Amino acid sequence: MKLAGLLLLLAGWAIVVAAVALLPSAGARAGFVLAGVATELFGLVLAVRSHLVLPAEGE
Amino acid sequence: MTPFVAPSPLSELSAVLCLLLILLVPFAGAGLALINSGLGRARSAAHAMLSALCVTAVAALVYVIVGFAWQGVAGRPDHALVVAGKAWGWIAAEPFFLRGLRLDLSPAALVVLLQILSVGLAAIIPLSSGADRWRLSAICASTALLAGCTYPLYAHWVWGGGWLAQLGVNCGLGRGFVDGGGSSTIQVVGGVTALSITWILGPRRGKFSAEGMPAALPGHNVVLVLLGCMLAWIGWLALNSAGAMLFLGAEPGRVVLITINTTLCAASSGVAAAVVTRIRFARPDASLTANGWIAGLVASSAAAAFLKPAAAMIVGGVAGILVVWVADFLEFQFAIDDPGGAVSVHAVGGLWGVLAVALLADAGPNGQWLAQLVGIATLLGFVLPLTYGLNWLLDRVYRQRVAREGELQGMDLSELGAGAYPEFDIHGDEFLQR
Repeated sequence: MKLAGLLLLLAGWAIVVAAVALLPSAGARAGFVLAGVATELFGLVLAVRSHLVLPAEGE
Repeated sequence: MTPFVAPSPLSELSAVLCLLLILLVPFAGAGLALINSGLGRARSAAHAMLSALCVTAVAALVYVIVGFAWQGVAGRPDHALVVAGKAWGWIAAEPFFLRGLRLDLSPAALVVLLQILSVGLAAIIPLSSGADRWRLSAICASTALLAGCTYPLYAHWVWGGGWLAQLGVNCGLGRGFVDGGGSSTIQVVGGVTALSITWILGPRRGKFSAEGMPAALPGHNVVLVLLGCMLAWIGWLALNSAGAMLFLGAEPGRVVLITINTTLCAASSGVAAAVVTRIRFARPDASLTANGWIAGLVASSAAAAFLKPAAAMIVGGVAGILVVWVADFLEFQFAIDDPGGAVSVHAVGGLWGVLAVALLADAGPNGQWLAQLVGIATLLGFVLPLTYGLNWLLDRVYRQRVAREGELQGMDLSELGAGAYPEFDIHGDEFLQR
């Protein structure tokens, strides 16, 4: 799950970069950037949740 | 190679003023070092201060040897990718060891000087998240990765004429990504490194009960923490002013506005944190109020040159509320043990500061919000995985966390062989719930 979260972070950033570099229309560019950021947020939540401490580890 | 807009030439008065401001920037690092030490345990106090000194040294050395070669200065040669007919700078093409750079009062030389100090500041930030369990040698190795790779790469994109700075020219997104004082380049880069370190090291022993409930491990000296806030304030006034002059082309008269806005941000953030903790705990919490003060300074860095004073108060107020809420949220919901609150103060405060440029600042034409959002997406989607990956690899090769016996003994005795307060009794973990 941790790896999936980190990969989603990278995937979201790739969407953002591709939108900025390749899309000429301002509306489409903004839409894809927002989609990329949403993907990153999902990945961040996944990555953070995967690091939840098991009770035994916290002792 | 791609040319980019060079920093505006400075008048002699501006250059001297800028130099004097840069000479005050180390106060920010000294302030953060005191805060880290005060928020940690008494048995690790000397280790915390020595770590701050060591990371400042390692960061300066590595940055001069290789870091500046990757970061560069806007207007000097860099490597660019050409996509759809537009050139996007991604890494500088400077020689190592600052060779070929005239070190005088020129803007490029002043940028180098500011960066040598700034990279040290960024490297001090993760120390608070790894307090009481991060080995000194691993700290130095991790700092080398930050100063030689993560920081210069992102700083090139923002301050070195890289692709984030080019968003305005290439895509018509406002002035491109704007961050005069380093809310993103210094604070968020340091903050996401702190998050990576908390993940890799895990929590301090005894921090979480068997049921997963966090125990309070209060800092050992709140006076040091509050003194650190005062010192950091001086450093931040200088950092924001010098950054705006060098990276945004602000004239010397603008320093007055920047100073007022930086102070108002810190003040409103500190007051907001004090009020929120007063409402929640019936008394204002000194540590969280101090964190609120620093979060206000962090949030001010990106936008201080553009904000109106009333807007600066809003930016600070929001930062102060955020820092208290996020610190609790990370600890209770996600079991993240961040003793000094580096993630909530520097990562979240910095991200809010970058966003505030788009929401509240008079930063220029339309599209600025999208440029700021692309910068934030890059911090979360590229810098965080990169810094986590590098530190994870380092941990595979060289374990970063101190051994169990060393942690129980305290970092001072374990790593340095002597405590910070030899004439006082230092308490162990006997007060923790088992």
